[in-house]
Amino acid sequence: MSSSTPVSGKPTETAARSSGAAQAGDAGAHAVPANVEELGLGGRQSRTLWQDAVRRLRKDPVVVACLLYLTLLIVVAAMPQVFAPLPYDQASFSDKLAPPGSIATGKLEGHRYILGADRLGRDILSRLIFGTRVSILVAFMGAGISFLIGVSYGLVSGYSSPRVDNVMMRIVDVVYAYPALILIILLQVFLTALGQRDDSNLAGWQRAIVMLDRNSGGLFFIFVAIGAVNWLNMARLMRGQVLYYRQQEFVQAARALGAPHRRIMGRHLLPNAIGPCIVAETLAIPSYIYTEAFLSFIGLGVQPPTPSWGSMISDGYAALRSAPHVIFFPALALSLTMLAFNFLGDALRDALDPNLRN
Amino acid sequence: MFQLLIRRLFWSIPVFFLVTGITFVTMHALPGGPFDSDKTPPALVQQMENTFGLNKPLAQQYLIWLGNVAQLKFGPSLAARGKPVESFLLPGLAVSAQLGLMALFFALAVGLPSGIVAALRRGRWQDRAAMGASIIGVSVPAIVLGPVLYWLFGLYLGWLPVAKWSSLEDGLWPYLSHAILPAVTLGAGLAAIVARLTRASLLQVLHADYIRTAHAKGLTQGSVIVRHALRNALIPLVTILGPLAAAVLTGSLIVEQIFAIPGMGRYFVSSINNRDYPMVMAVVVIYALIIVFFNLIVDILYVFIDPRLRQAN
Repeated sequence: MSSSTPVSGKPTETAARSSGAAQAGDAGAHAVPANVEELGLGGRQSRTLWQDAVRRLRKDPVVVACLLYLTLLIVVAAMPQVFAPLPYDQASFSDKLAPPGSIATGKLEGHRYILGADRLGRDILSRLIFGTRVSILVAFMGAGISFLIGVSYGLVSGYSSPRVDNVMMRIVDVVYAYPALILIILLQVFLTALGQRDDSNLAGWQRAIVMLDRNSGGLFFIFVAIGAVNWLNMARLMRGQVLYYRQQEFVQAARALGAPHRRIMGRHLLPNAIGPCIVAETLAIPSYIYTEAFLSFIGLGVQPPTPSWGSMISDGYAALRSAPHVIFFPALALSLTMLAFNFLGDALRDALDPNLRN
Repeated sequence: MFQLLIRRLFWSIPVFFLVTGITFVTMHALPGGPFDSDKTPPALVQQMENTFGLNKPLAQQYLIWLGNVAQLKFGPSLAARGKPVESFLLPGLAVSAQLGLMALFFALAVGLPSGIVAALRRGRWQDRAAMGASIIGVSVPAIVLGPVLYWLFGLYLGWLPVAKWSSLEDGLWPYLSHAILPAVTLGAGLAAIVARLTRASLLQVLHADYIRTAHAKGLTQGSVIVRHALRNALIPLVTILGPLAAAVLTGSLIVEQIFAIPGMGRYFVSSINNRDYPMVMAVVVIYALIIVFFNLIVDILYVFIDPRLRQAN
């Protein structure tokens, strides 16, 4: 939080207030809100809130550093073959556990292992770079899937009649009581076993899924498992938001004007209620990255030889006594990435939180 | 209060059936069976499946299992050729519970004071140090922290023993020294969460009117903080006790593997991989019971901390 914000933010807020009053007048509401936070409604005002947040975020050097780091990761993840000096499965047994900076001796003579080599003599830097793809994909796909399911479920539940809402939320309660780890592991074992079965025994849809999973190096099932477990929080949060906003005057006004349900949900409730969900989803991303690393660590994640930071940490742990450098770099990369997402989520939450403005 | 507890307990009944039912169905839907890996002739496999009742209809198997659980029998382990599941799980559970309690203790002992100090010294270096440490604590997961501590204190400095577990009968120091690293690994993330939450809720409370009133009455700073502010600030903290317990369980799987601790976690993955159905069911039931139990404790604690809830009932 920068202390200069209230001063610099004032003109925008005033402008937003007057335009807000004009818009609220359209919808038939009379009260002019005291300030933009209290308002926080309607398309134009919420955009100013977001613009305000973005302006504040850009001033924070930590946020900028995190964004730069994550952009770098995304670029590396998009085209790892450009950055990696060697293919991720190129093994040279004579160089196994080579320390960082050493020169290759075997068939790769002259190659320098900048970060060393693992117990199969594979270049750690190259594997680290290819492993970025897994973590970044899990971060965004896991977030995307759980966000999509959770937000639509919460929206429908909060907007439906109390009876339907009650049933939908009891379902969430029951799934919530199920230990998430057990669900993920069961799903992962189930899906992996499905993937290892002979193609001829599978139904058409099963084969399509299995092909999808094979082409993504065993990643697709991880997305599904993570998404299937983590939408619950999002659904609860979204429902709470919707329950609050559907009581607001602008929604009543829209209803009085005869707007169809779809329009009320899509144009009035969704844009207003989605802010806290975005913050919560950003803060949940580190846990998705960790879930994949965790699964790969216990051997239920990506299929070898596909590298992931989790499986590299697992390899490094096995060699901890003889070659502690093997675990160092994937562990550092995993922690830094989780740290960057955590910082970003915190900053986003503070920037969007009206209570913290003054 | 009593009614609330009864209602809570009542709600956990459908939860129990759904959790066990879903697990039962998913588990049996897994391709392969418990005796597949053996080079046993098909006839023998058939006979074993007969013996353990695996050829009966699924619904009937589930009912039989429910009947056994009602008598507190979880059945024979299929991987260990008929030894009862409890004989593996109970010693493991005892170890996991000790580790979990120590981790929770560590989380509270570190997290609470640093959260309080951070809130009282908001914006000063104490606050920034505590919050910086906590965001690192949240971001460094057990699969990183565990090996780092293992290497640093166990191998490089050689201060603490690793890869063993010791019971209290061997003496207090041997017991603690084996438990420190795993408990810290398990509790570090929780400590960070506790610190952040304590700080946030204490900050919210400190601006309340009744705190100003308490100061105006001339109470000492300590008394205001402890008797008025903390008491209210702790409510959100109690709420996450249930999820915290779940996190300890989840984390213990990894920590037990890293530090080679004979806890319950290792049976979980191995039992699924071995298709050891009774073992999987027993582990799921134990996990679910612990989570239900902690949520119940949370409900009770609520009422003790917040008298308003007592009146509402």
